[in-house]
Amino acid sequence: MLIIDQLSKTYTDGVHALDRLDLSVRTGEIVALVGGSGCGKTTLLRLIAGLDVPSDGGIRLDDQSIVGPSADVGVIFQEPRLFPWLTVEDNVAFGLSKIGAFEREGLVANALTRVGLSGHGHRWPRELSGGQQQRVAIARALITRPRLLIMDEPFSALDPTTRASLHRHLLALWDESRPTVLLVTHDVEEAVMLADRIIVMQPNPGRLFDELNNTLSRPRDRLGTGFETLTRQILKSLDQSLKPAAPAALKASTADAAWW
Amino acid sequence: MSLLVESPAETQPRAPARQEAPAGRLFAPPWAIGWSIGFVAPLFLAATWEVLVGGGWVNGRLMPPPSRIGATLWDLAQSGELTSYAFATLWRVAAGFGIGAAVGTVLGAASGASLFLRRLMDPTLQALRAIPSIAWVPLFILWLGIFEASKVALIAVGVFFPIYLGVAAAVGGIDRKIIEVGRIFRLTRLEMVRRVTLPAILPAWITALRTGLGLGFMFVVAAEFMGASEGLGYLLVDGQQLGRPDRILAAIIAFAVLGKIADGILVIITRPLLAWQDVGRDKL
Repeated sequence: MLIIDQLSKTYTDGVHALDRLDLSVRTGEIVALVGGSGCGKTTLLRLIAGLDVPSDGGIRLDDQSIVGPSADVGVIFQEPRLFPWLTVEDNVAFGLSKIGAFEREGLVANALTRVGLSGHGHRWPRELSGGQQQRVAIARALITRPRLLIMDEPFSALDPTTRASLHRHLLALWDESRPTVLLVTHDVEEAVMLADRIIVMQPNPGRLFDELNNTLSRPRDRLGTGFETLTRQILKSLDQSLKPAAPAALKASTADAAWW
Repeated sequence: MSLLVESPAETQPRAPARQEAPAGRLFAPPWAIGWSIGFVAPLFLAATWEVLVGGGWVNGRLMPPPSRIGATLWDLAQSGELTSYAFATLWRVAAGFGIGAAVGTVLGAASGASLFLRRLMDPTLQALRAIPSIAWVPLFILWLGIFEASKVALIAVGVFFPIYLGVAAAVGGIDRKIIEVGRIFRLTRLEMVRRVTLPAILPAWITALRTGLGLGFMFVVAAEFMGASEGLGYLLVDGQQLGRPDRILAAIIAFAVLGKIADGILVIITRPLLAWQDVGRDKL
């Protein structure tokens, strides 16, 4: 279980990005964070990834404090961030340097197959499309079997068709080992498609504003009534979160009801 | 007779096919044409020069024609002077380049990676960079003597600065996002250098090495003015003292050829290391 306790972050330039944020995410749950610009979504992910240090509060994953990058936490960024000087298979194997070559080759081949890129292992990243590069990034993050996968708008730069394809790939991969997933997205439909719970954040400083449970069964139908209703609820909540006189932030829990 | 008759459908594609054939394919492969393009400008200049001197429009005593320079080069080669001078010069450039490149790479990496070290070293090194090469000559002679050490030191100074600057800028400019991926995978400092920093700076480092090598060939001339008894720089001085512009120009041509060959070797050696680059050179 991921527990975020009274987490605050103020940068050295005085920007108060997060303010006493509480959040708990069950093991194997997919939680989407949505919110306007400046609501601290990316800051929150960077703190959980151990790339930044919180000003106050703490983060625990299965009762272990996160104080820096951890083998238990995989990260997928907005851009694939592949190493251009490594082939596709060497990029995927980047986090496997401590295991034997034979085992590594098997894991990489399997990972590439699972993201639909078998046969592309010897190619350079520049030879792949944006969607294929992001699939390599997903394979690289998942190959170490992290308990928590955090994703910062990983599909935002892709066209709708590629995005839908990667949603399916991601859910299939998630289903194999069921890691906890924390996803930042601006795309409300993407949040409804993937997440079990959607957290709406409010900006300046970043706080939790609302949370909505997604009880739709998978695979989810974008054209279904339930999908549309939840999408509307999230959009309405987002609108309210961006109003200057938005109510005090919700102290998030895993409870079902929305705050109002 | 009917065999000679061709339908319009058969004849039509033939004419365009002949027109569309790449120029020169009948005579030489494309790579040979690409290489030979580089010879067009110098051959044109040489031919023009030869004609101007041969026609009496230019004084051939101070501006000897290419044929006379070629003859001088041939004589130097026959006597063995050209080979021994070229090797002497190459040895000095190689030694100076090795030292300058090593020190420039290490200090450049340190300066690029550490704000403290950059503040400590960079102002001094930038001030030293502004000193003309010739100003070091008397000092190096006093410190290191008239023989090889002072010459190699002067070349190393010339090679050092472009490599220091190139490496410092490359290390300081590595994409933060790439570094973060290394941090996510918990690379140690040494692993980060080996697996991320070095590959990331490789293109800029190779460019800096090529610049440094070019400067090495420039500084070897100044170095061989320091009382050398052999080397292509010595051939320049010798030509001046003997009033033999053909020897001076022969030495200059030898410098150009050696510099080009050395740069070409560096490019060939390093090209496989940069196969991953997504370059658009051929499309510009």
